[in-house]
Amino acid sequence: MTFPVNLRAIWTIYKFELARTWRTLFQSIFTPVLTTSLYFVVFGSAIGGRMSEVGGVPYGAFIIPGLLLLTILAESTANASFGIYLPRFTGTIYELLSAPVGVAETLLGYVGAAATKSVILAVVILITARFFVDYTIIHPVLAAGFIVLIALAFSLFGFILGCWADGFEKLQVVPMLVLTPLTFLGGSFYSIDMLAGPWRTVALANPVVYLVNGLRWTFYGKADVNIAVAAGLTFAFLAVCIAVIAWIFRTGWRLRS
Amino acid sequence: MTAEAILDIQGLSKTYAARSSGTGTVALDGVDLQIRQGEIFALLGPNGAGKTTLIGAVCGLVRPTGGTIRAFGLDMKRDWRKARAKIGLVPQELSVDMFEHVLLSVNHSRGLFGFAPDPARIEDILRALSLWDKRHARISELSGGMKRRVLIAKALAHEPELLFLDEPTAGVDVELRRDMWRLIGELRQRGVTIILTTHYIEEAEEMADRVGVIDRGRLIVVDEKQALMARLGRTEAKVGLARPLQEVPPALARFPLQLVDDGNALLYRAGGEEGGQDRAVADLVKALVAADVEFRSFDVRQSSLEDIFVDLVERKPA
Repeated sequence: MTFPVNLRAIWTIYKFELARTWRTLFQSIFTPVLTTSLYFVVFGSAIGGRMSEVGGVPYGAFIIPGLLLLTILAESTANASFGIYLPRFTGTIYELLSAPVGVAETLLGYVGAAATKSVILAVVILITARFFVDYTIIHPVLAAGFIVLIALAFSLFGFILGCWADGFEKLQVVPMLVLTPLTFLGGSFYSIDMLAGPWRTVALANPVVYLVNGLRWTFYGKADVNIAVAAGLTFAFLAVCIAVIAWIFRTGWRLRS
Repeated sequence: MTAEAILDIQGLSKTYAARSSGTGTVALDGVDLQIRQGEIFALLGPNGAGKTTLIGAVCGLVRPTGGTIRAFGLDMKRDWRKARAKIGLVPQELSVDMFEHVLLSVNHSRGLFGFAPDPARIEDILRALSLWDKRHARISELSGGMKRRVLIAKALAHEPELLFLDEPTAGVDVELRRDMWRLIGELRQRGVTIILTTHYIEEAEEMADRVGVIDRGRLIVVDEKQALMARLGRTEAKVGLARPLQEVPPALARFPLQLVDDGNALLYRAGGEEGGQDRAVADLVKALVAADVEFRSFDVRQSSLEDIFVDLVERKPA
């Protein structure tokens, strides 16, 4: 009997992590639906009524990719970080560490489950958005691919966060102080072309700008930045996260004493 | 390494890095240990002696700073997947998924170790641990003793051939402790090799085939329990005298005797190689009678493993 990769362990972790989502189905699904609806009411109806179009796209439709990202970034990070932090906190991680489970199995299980949940939420949000605005996605396959890619990248990021955190507060700090501001400033609700000269340059230093615009391009065929740059940066972020996690497992940092 | 060694530890060391400047903490200091297939091995030692670190190093929770560990003839650094699939661990802390149900949690453990579901096997394990009726209960609702049973069920879920029990009976009531001992006995019948750490020396005395004593990261003694007790055990006999004596009668000078209780009693104390010999005590009685020493009482006490353990650990200078 050889164990090149413990496939059953991947499935076991994946199932276990998703079970947490089903157990809290109401909060998991209802919360993003409500949040998205509120954004549409506030931004789409109240403000959008005065804005009409951005670069030929109705304002209500224009903000959909940004709203999607807001949820994907927050949920991927939160789920993956919580998924690995909870066993560290309760001590049940001893089982994972003593099992024939390596970095590949752990990542596919935890990150796969967190990303799956984000993608499900993305679908739910897209359906919710439909009730408020009419929109068509020009490149649906690319859009789906980009959503999955971003969900994976930020689930990996969340996993790192969950390894690093040594308290529940730290789990919250990065999403609240870094991710949410960057998303709001990242052109979720406006085109960075609307910004005055120097601020536009500053905005381009915000990585979320590339995510929002990359996704917007797959939706409407136009964006503030080049889609290739956006996709390239996302892949690079994903690769960096994988490298960091590989290092964590090799050195046992925060996992093994 | 002997042919039958299921676990072979050579020169195992672990130094925990210092938080700031200064030297790290040495938790394990060149530990050599061979565990035989099918035995129950009890690892004794005071708190902080390195028992849990030693177990952690074998199970993958602790990264050793030196030495080699081979289990089932496999190098734990290279063939850890194969080896770990055959090793089970019951940790000391009650670390359980509070929100999970018993059955789900135990099935989860089996899957994590790469084994296909086997409901019949899991039912057997849960029944043996009196958990079957609680299989749908949330773990958070269970008592401490029941949680400990869940941890054992989880460790047994993948049918390990080598089982580590870190303080399995710490903080459990007498009844559960007896259950646990019975279960460990049954596991041994099935051929499972068991390594347990314990504070209750009575536990080691009751169950272990061999005993190891660890202190300050070093294994100071490893031996068969019986041999250890014969070698290091002591016999004490206290002779209550009818009339107080001023000194030990010359006729009894060949015995290791001293006067105690203001001359009202004679204390016989033989240790090490001389200890544990009933013959010597019988000779003492004859000699007392021959020397016309009248006595009212005669108490003989064999030292327990606990006395030996305390001696061993306290004998070591700091």
